[in-house]
Amino acid sequence: MKSGSEARPAFWRSYVFSQDHKVVGLQYALTALVFLLIGFTLVMIMRWQLAHPGLPVPVVGPWLGARAPQGIILPEFYNALTAMHGTIMVFLGIVPLAVGGFGNYLVPLQIGAADMAFPKLNLASYWWYLAGGVLMLASFFLPGGAPQSGWTSYPPLAIVNQGGQTWWLVGMLCLITSSLLGSVNFITTIVQLRAPGLTFSRLPFFVWSQLVTSFLLLLAFPPLEGAAIFQLMDRLAGTSFFLPSGLVVSGRVLHNAGGGNPLLWQHLFWFLAHPEVYVLILPAMGIVAEIIAVNTRKPLFGYRALVHSSVAIGFMSLIVWAHHMFITGMGTTMSSFFQTTTILISIPSVVILTCLFLSLWGASIRFTTPMLFALAFLPMFGIGGLTGLPLGLAPAGLHLHDTYYVVAHFHYIVAPGTIFALFAGVYHWFPKVTGRRMNGPLGWLHFAGTFVCMNLIFMPMFVQGLAGMNRRLYDGGLQYTLDRNVVGLHLLISRAAWVMGIFQVLFIVNVFWSAWRGSRAEENPWEATTLEWASASPPAHGNFASPPIAYRGPYDYSAPGARLDFTPQFARDEI
Amino acid sequence: MRAFLGLPIEASRHAQAVDGLIVGVHWLIVVLAVGFGLFFLYCLARFNRRAHPRARRGGVPAAVAWIVVGGIAVVELWELFFTAIPLWASRVSDFPAPAGATIVRVVAEQFAWNVHYPGADGKFGRTATSLISPENPLGLDRSDPAAQDDVTTINDLEFPLGRPVIVQLSSKDVIHSFSLPEMRVKQDAIPGMMIPVWFYPTVATPNGVQWEINCSQLCGLGHFRMRGFYRSVSADEFARFLREQSPTPRAAIGPHVPGAPAIE
Amino acid sequence: MDVPYTIEPRTDTGLYNAQLGVWLFIASEVMLFGALFSGYALLRTGADAWPSGSRHLAVTLGGVNTFVLIASSIVMALAVRSLRHAQWRRGRRELAITWVLGLVFLVIKAYEYREHVLAGELPSTNNFFAIYYTLTGLHALHVIGGLIVLAYLIGPGASMRRTQPVRFTHRAAGLSIYWQFVDIVWILVFLTVYLL
Ligand code: HEA
Ligand code: HEA
Ligand code: CUA
Ligand SMILES: [Cu+2]
Repeated sequence: MKSGSEARPAFWRSYVFSQDHKVVGLQYALTALVFLLIGFTLVMIMRWQLAHPGLPVPVVGPWLGARAPQGIILPEFYNALTAMHGTIMVFLGIVPLAVGGFGNYLVPLQIGAADMAFPKLNLASYWWYLAGGVLMLASFFLPGGAPQSGWTSYPPLAIVNQGGQTWWLVGMLCLITSSLLGSVNFITTIVQLRAPGLTFSRLPFFVWSQLVTSFLLLLAFPPLEGAAIFQLMDRLAGTSFFLPSGLVVSGRVLHNAGGGNPLLWQHLFWFLAHPEVYVLILPAMGIVAEIIAVNTRKPLFGYRALVHSSVAIGFMSLIVWAHHMFITGMGTTMSSFFQTTTILISIPSVVILTCLFLSLWGASIRFTTPMLFALAFLPMFGIGGLTGLPLGLAPAGLHLHDTYYVVAHFHYIVAPGTIFALFAGVYHWFPKVTGRRMNGPLGWLHFAGTFVCMNLIFMPMFVQGLAGMNRRLYDGGLQYTLDRNVVGLHLLISRAAWVMGIFQVLFIVNVFWSAWRGSRAEENPWEATTLEWASASPPAHGNFASPPIAYRGPYDYSAPGARLDFTPQFARDEI
Repeated sequence: MRAFLGLPIEASRHAQAVDGLIVGVHWLIVVLAVGFGLFFLYCLARFNRRAHPRARRGGVPAAVAWIVVGGIAVVELWELFFTAIPLWASRVSDFPAPAGATIVRVVAEQFAWNVHYPGADGKFGRTATSLISPENPLGLDRSDPAAQDDVTTINDLEFPLGRPVIVQLSSKDVIHSFSLPEMRVKQDAIPGMMIPVWFYPTVATPNGVQWEINCSQLCGLGHFRMRGFYRSVSADEFARFLREQSPTPRAAIGPHVPGAPAIE
Repeated sequence: MDVPYTIEPRTDTGLYNAQLGVWLFIASEVMLFGALFSGYALLRTGADAWPSGSRHLAVTLGGVNTFVLIASSIVMALAVRSLRHAQWRRGRRELAITWVLGLVFLVIKAYEYREHVLAGELPSTNNFFAIYYTLTGLHALHVIGGLIVLAYLIGPGASMRRTQPVRFTHRAAGLSIYWQFVDIVWILVFLTVYLL
């Protein structure tokens, strides 16, 4: 340690404003983990209101202030919690962790590059993200409070509502800028900086998933940017892009010019938000595929099919958006088109899942902690994906749209799905990042507890949804006779959520304790084949002592006749 | 399967078809989940490191994967083309003739459902935003001859059995979603638009049971309590209902429900 | 540590990094303006009546601006050509002319806004003006962004010409692609908002 004045510039440049993709990746990952934790905390508060409507929130109640007089959550605050939970989880948690964190750290390593193609843009991308996140969070503390119109921000509600919607929009513009910078960088890096010998057909599936993801971010976000600009104009400049004529809000006639169309927002929003959900899942699939290959000790089943399917998902995801809008009054032609594309896009997902399942056949499975999470991902994503099918068929939506069935559908994909994949990734690449292993038994406990709780949380929501319970209800459906038989489940769900919160402590402890005191990991602790394991752990600035060369495909495990059961990509001959 | 899924009672003609689709797809889900699940568990038991120390390349022939995927695709497309698309078409395109139908307007607002019957003349009276007041939430112009016999209620929708119902939906402020779960009817009410939905009620609301209009779309802080009531009744009862309601609009907000929470 | 392919293209892809980066950026910009124009189309087709652009907007000023911007595009392309031929002084002069033309565009635009505002024609007046202000405003922001980068290339960034002349030319070429794009967007705005 050097003393003050001398150490400072070095510290700033190597840890705060570093252009090293690994530092940026870690900044992204840690920030995103914190946001995930915040998003989860909001849910735990919200779940209190659902389990015990009208009772004061224990523990945190007194800190909620005017949002919850005497600790009793107000409807406005409940809506703010829901909107911010969705927004934080999707835009500030999962995507920054999966793409900004894992992508930034691993893509250059896996393609054998020294850094990203545009290190300065990378740095800027992180700071735009942070700015956007802070702006959105700040809205909780500003007069009017956080946005209350759902993560979907449908106008006219989002426009006539008071509250922090403006901050949401401005924050969103920052995030869009960030992801634009990031995706340009990723695509250029993957296309331009691949190591010699690393052809596209030798890219690890994770890199492919990041490539497709980047294209989605690049092309799908700008329409939301346009929509956000329109909505900002409506809020600040008094325009009527999304406001039709003759609105009467709480008995007062709104004197806007009128002539706008509320559905325009929905089209633009879902044009982004549907691809966005594949942004949430593709990197997760990439992580899971890598971990499955390593821990089954055999090549992935159908590598080409996996790659083609993910590219197909990428293209198709741009033309399915209106399946979120069947109930807005869609005619036969349009609904037939979107039902068909929705069903068609499910097929590449089926291919990917089938390939991953079949990869297990004939394997020699090691039940490491990352592998436990990766394995659990498969049936969890399976359940979430399969329950997307009824939603994709418009008439079924007559019953299921905007019920807890939808909530259960997508949480099965993003929570026990994507979050499990991200946990798996943390456990798997932790030795690369820190040079130390995470604690095994703690990891196992974390897995077991989280797995059980996740299912206790989200399985009952299918029951509630099928019975007809609507989502986004402040009292959890207490008023409706129809929901009488299923409101009781809220208590079970909430308790499971809180218990799951306790299990996350194990993870947090494990991360920090292992980073500090964990057992040392050798260079290639999992005996993996991809290029990131050719660098030191942790890799130095510039990554590789000498630029690696790829001699073979990414998953050369258990080659017949070879002595060891793996041959790294960077090994010229079988070992 | 229907009972297993716990779907509400089917009270309209198309409800059965909707449930048929939901049930059909859930059979697919169950078969796949069980099939893949068993395969998965078998693999975990058979191919873990202890039982199978050295992995074997190859194994499942690619054809198996294609057959599985192809099979799933065929079933999905079958449901799509032979159930879902025709059913949706019949919902949104094949409207019954207005002459033989009960026609009613429902105008949503934060946080209530304004119901507007045309009355004996079958014509809706003129409405204007400038006339909207707490006593006249629809802004109905009672000086219009067509409006003389119009019947309006708040949160109280009734319709007779034995003929189709056409609901013309709109909203005064934000987007709401008009949902009659027992009828398998759900349609967003969007300001600036008048969107018709139709259904053919087949089951009368049993005595002592309360059927409710749900608001399914987040519409503000009172979204959770934007509940209305509806009844599917005999023609006589419906006539009596209209007589009782006309001509002054009711100000009360529906019957009181025991057990509703204190926070409103 | 140096990033490869900033100057020479990679042989198998035939691209240098910034080239690919700029085109990706343009692709995303196309989606942005595509969304805005689709919004415009939807609102206009859905409206009962839509004011005629040529009646309410300053077509002459807009026309002049179109010429100004096209001229600046041409000069920008010439500048890149000069730089490619290592004619630095000439290239710099052409970059400066581009910059001045861009500024002229903005001044005229500002004058136009002023007239509208004084006439009481604000974004909140009706959706026609809402679209007009949003599209031209966003476009003007793009022009401003371009001018800032251009100023950097002429001013403080020019030292790179001596240390890495090829890379400097790449930068100018990238900016030129962007500038042509901004020009095309303007032409579309002029055609669909002012004239149609
Ligand atoms: C990562 C996120 C993600 C993913 C991948 C998906 C995937 C799919 N989604 Fe989902 N969806 C969301 C996130 C996601 N969705 C979100 C967030 C919403 C709600 C937004 C809101 O309103 O707030 C939503 C809402 C939503 C709707 C609108 C519902 C409504 O509001 O009425 C629809 C309708 O079509 C839909 C359909 C689908 C389909 C058909 C798929 C398909 O791609 C799925 C394909 C996958 C499969 C078919 C699985 C195959 C698996 C196997 C074969 C193996 C099975 C094995 C075992 C079970 C052991 N989704
Ligand atoms: C990616 C998206 C994502 C994720 C992961 C989650 C995760 C969870 N969500 Fe949510 N959710 C949404 C996206 C997501 N959600 C969206 C879009 C909505 C709709 C909003 C709307 O209606 O507008 C929604 C709505 C929603 C509702 C419905 C509210 C309503 O309709 O009224 C509920 C109800 O229970 C809920 C619950 C949960 C729970 C219990 C989790 C849990 O699974 C959470 C699990 C989280 C963790 C396990 C945290 C792990 C992190 C750590 C442990 C940090 C470690 C830190 C360090 C090491 C520093 N969510
Ligand atoms: Cu009205 Cu929700
Ligand atoms: Cu979708």
